[in-house]
Amino acid sequence: MASPQPRIGVVSYPGSQDDRDALWALAALDAEAVPVWHEQTALPDLDAVVLPGGFSYGDYLRCGAIARFSPATAAVVEFAGAGGLVLGICNGFQVLCEAGLLPGVLLRNESLRFVCRDVPLVVERDDLPFTSRCAQGQTIVIPVKHGDGRWFGPPELVRELEANRQVVLRYGEPCNGSVGDIAGICNERGNVFGLMPHPEHAVDPLLGSADGALILASLVDAARERALSVV
Amino acid sequence: MLVRPKQGILDPQGAAVETALEHLGFSVGGARVGKVVDLEVDASTADDARAQVEKMCEQLLANPLMESYEVEIHG
Repeated sequence: MASPQPRIGVVSYPGSQDDRDALWALAALDAEAVPVWHEQTALPDLDAVVLPGGFSYGDYLRCGAIARFSPATAAVVEFAGAGGLVLGICNGFQVLCEAGLLPGVLLRNESLRFVCRDVPLVVERDDLPFTSRCAQGQTIVIPVKHGDGRWFGPPELVRELEANRQVVLRYGEPCNGSVGDIAGICNERGNVFGLMPHPEHAVDPLLGSADGALILASLVDAARERALSVV
Repeated sequence: MLVRPKQGILDPQGAAVETALEHLGFSVGGARVGKVVDLEVDASTADDARAQVEKMCEQLLANPLMESYEVEIHG
């Protein structure tokens, strides 16, 4: 019997842009990609959830601040609380920080410029459901495209994150001025991961890099294991 | 209510404004760019209005990691 396709949801908020790319990339990596509308108060039966990039609610007030109060976000918080796998990409990362699922906040880039280019990223951990296909210390190349991607936390929070090994990805070259060159972090439990770069835009060599597939295929693997363990 | 970037947080907008003002010949320092949110609330007293707005600030209008806020009551 062929291994079952894990069901991975992608939440669309008003202003989400990369939801379709995320759905496409997950399907290309052999997951059943399930669109989730922001007004849904309960998630369908899912093995993982992705919050995509874009400009939810026009980035009004602060990036992710309004999306945090969407019915679907409340359902995602509950899903994460039960140990469910949650990946936030770019604006999705901002939503996870505003929702308190991940520590810190994402501020305007130091340069005040929107950055849109491929960046090298150093993988700090390969023991997570999101990085199992990577090797620790490996440099992968994935594009960023953001104006507000400068991760910030007070020094005591940064020390705590470093001590808990919650920094998952660091920029291999200056990108937006984020503290400690942080590009992606996870929660203490390791089931919630947010990153500014866009793995869904780098799943095919034709797009310039297929390194994003390392992240997303790791998630698909982990979601598949969960799907099998439930059956 | 007024929201501004917390002291100690790099505020590139403030820095850009400061540089532009200096180019115009103004001598300024410590420029910080924040925002103003005007709200109309139903309240019997100014204290009641303040308490309501402070709750809003805590839950939505300001992010305490990066911003401080002040509430001003008029009328």
